[in-house]
Amino acid sequence: MSMLVPFGPQHPVLPEPLQLRLELDDEKVVSAIPVVGYVHRGLEKLAEQKDFIQDTYLIERVCGICSFQHSMAYSMGVEEIMNIEVPERANYLRVIWAELHRMHSHLLALGLLADAFGFENLFYTIWKVREEIMDAMEATTGARVMLGACCIGGVRKDINAEQAKFVLEKLANFEKDFKRPAEVILGDYSVKERLCGVGIIDGKKAYELGTVGPALRGSGVAKDHRMTGYAAYGKLGFEPVVENDCDCYARTKVRVRELYQSCELVKAALAALPEGELKTPFKGNPLGEAAVRVEQPRGEVLYYLRGNGTDKLDRLRIRTPTFANIAPLLNMLVGCGLPDVAVIILSIDPCISCTER
Amino acid sequence: MMTVNEVLTLENQQEKIGALLLHGYRFVTMTVVDKGEEFDIIYHFDLDYDMVNYQLVLKKGDVLPSISDICFAAVIVENEIQDLFGITVSNLAIDYEKHFLLAPDAPAEPFCRVPGVGVTAVKTTAAAAENGGDK
Amino acid sequence: MSKAIKKSPWVVHFNCNSCNGCDIEFLACLTPTYDVERFGVLHVGNPKHADVLVVTGSVNNRNKHVLKNVYDQMPEPKVVVAMGACPATGGIFADCYNVIGGVNKVIPVDVHVPGCPPKPEAMMDGIIEAVGILEKKRKGETVDAPVLPVKVVKGPEAPPMTPEMQAKIAAAKAAAAAKAAAAKAAAENQPEAKAE
Repeated sequence: MSMLVPFGPQHPVLPEPLQLRLELDDEKVVSAIPVVGYVHRGLEKLAEQKDFIQDTYLIERVCGICSFQHSMAYSMGVEEIMNIEVPERANYLRVIWAELHRMHSHLLALGLLADAFGFENLFYTIWKVREEIMDAMEATTGARVMLGACCIGGVRKDINAEQAKFVLEKLANFEKDFKRPAEVILGDYSVKERLCGVGIIDGKKAYELGTVGPALRGSGVAKDHRMTGYAAYGKLGFEPVVENDCDCYARTKVRVRELYQSCELVKAALAALPEGELKTPFKGNPLGEAAVRVEQPRGEVLYYLRGNGTDKLDRLRIRTPTFANIAPLLNMLVGCGLPDVAVIILSIDPCISCTER
Repeated sequence: MMTVNEVLTLENQQEKIGALLLHGYRFVTMTVVDKGEEFDIIYHFDLDYDMVNYQLVLKKGDVLPSISDICFAAVIVENEIQDLFGITVSNLAIDYEKHFLLAPDAPAEPFCRVPGVGVTAVKTTAAAAENGGDK
Repeated sequence: MSKAIKKSPWVVHFNCNSCNGCDIEFLACLTPTYDVERFGVLHVGNPKHADVLVVTGSVNNRNKHVLKNVYDQMPEPKVVVAMGACPATGGIFADCYNVIGGVNKVIPVDVHVPGCPPKPEAMMDGIIEAVGILEKKRKGETVDAPVLPVKVVKGPEAPPMTPEMQAKIAAAKAAAAAKAAAAKAAAENQPEAKAE
């Protein structure tokens, strides 16, 4: 006998509205159907109505967690169409802010995951560490979430020596304060009990279903778009983080290791920050099409742009990482128990606002 | 600049995409651009950070065969296309019947352009009812 | 019991159509650095337990029913706090086809917190403001719906602010205040009577 249980849209563990219609056989999930559209705004259409420079700031609001990387991907797309060479310093600054965003996003995800399995103390501790990163972003750009720092042709804000010192201090604090929560989330038996062997998806299946980001790397597939060396990643030395256990624990471990990696990347970028201009001036309107991919905290994002020579774009398409991770999520849920559903959903770090735009 | 590697037709669409998947390509996404009289449908695939783009030109009113049978990852984006562009996609693995993203009382087919009206035209339900045969 | 409401308001948070920026900042308010719990604020998942509804994001065609449902489930007295620019007017998304507008199109709002996203300090201020209103409502006093000090401008070309426009806004504000005062005098015993 099976029954249908709606999970969401207003659910204590979900920070965002998403509904899953779970078909249950006793406690076991037989199938899951997502119901989305609670945060669909129609941003892609609005981007066609505003001009392409205004769009940079509109695009930041696709998602409030990886906002800088959205505007960066969009700017890279326009730069590719219009053949704009971005100054070296701007590329390094982009890496710094992008990695700070990845750090705050991963900390956020780990905290919410801890909350999902009822470890509230861990949730609060991790979010306290996260404030260090938020302070670093506020000190360098003046905003905590919507940085507004990226623009077409470069960046709008600079990091001076004093700010760089402040960021390094904050990173040192992060390394010191995160040590204990990292030990707990990776080593505590009660956490392992909830994460190990839950939500298994093997590498081959994950790849076929188009999985991206930590969810794919947790299944042993070394794919990280930063390997292509966009912005200044090519010069900073970079290896993707891979784990082979294919379960929620592996995905969590990838995030924890990536946090330290991002910390090193920010330090390396600050040390190697070259002098120079912040942005390249440009003239004219985009004509042509481009498809740009950038690695966000949740995985690769694809921006497709088609310009028609006017100041308004013909089409802007955003394929966000969570959008690609829905199909594998449905696969992971099959066969799991009802109490594990929340943990599995949060192990892919869903961002519904991105998904529905 | 993005390059289109191959132009598909409705007849060879399944075979070509199936062959690509057998070569180990990963489905990235689909993009639809409304050109007024017809749609440009672009399939994006990826192998080792290289992207391959297949294009299909679909006349308005034609039915698009789904690839969700050979590539389940496409089911989400195909449902989105049904919603936003009003393209009927046949043979979907999960069919939300054009209410995946949009509620029944939301504007229908918001991304469609009425031929000759320009970029900013959004078809509302009322307008769609008035000139329903206009597709 | 009624004393406890003021000392410890329970908050339910609903994400309407938000980009996540405000949600995450609101969650940050609850965590140790800002710690809104020191004012007795408790974040709950069940609307039937809650006194304060925090809404982020604008309203769209699908979630308007959910929002109304959550609001209706809350016991009286209740206060609605709109966090950010989107629940006030639709914000940057006001022109989107699937955005109906601010939260006040569906449910009455008591406190607006401006910003995109507001800083956690501003959010805490909004919650404290809401507690005051909650106390007033509990005593049966009438509470006026706030008048937004901005003009909702639809369309891609937003005209620059002119002195005439500012005068107009001031006049509208004065008119609304007069209207509210008149309504207050007319309906002393109806705390729910609000001019939309």
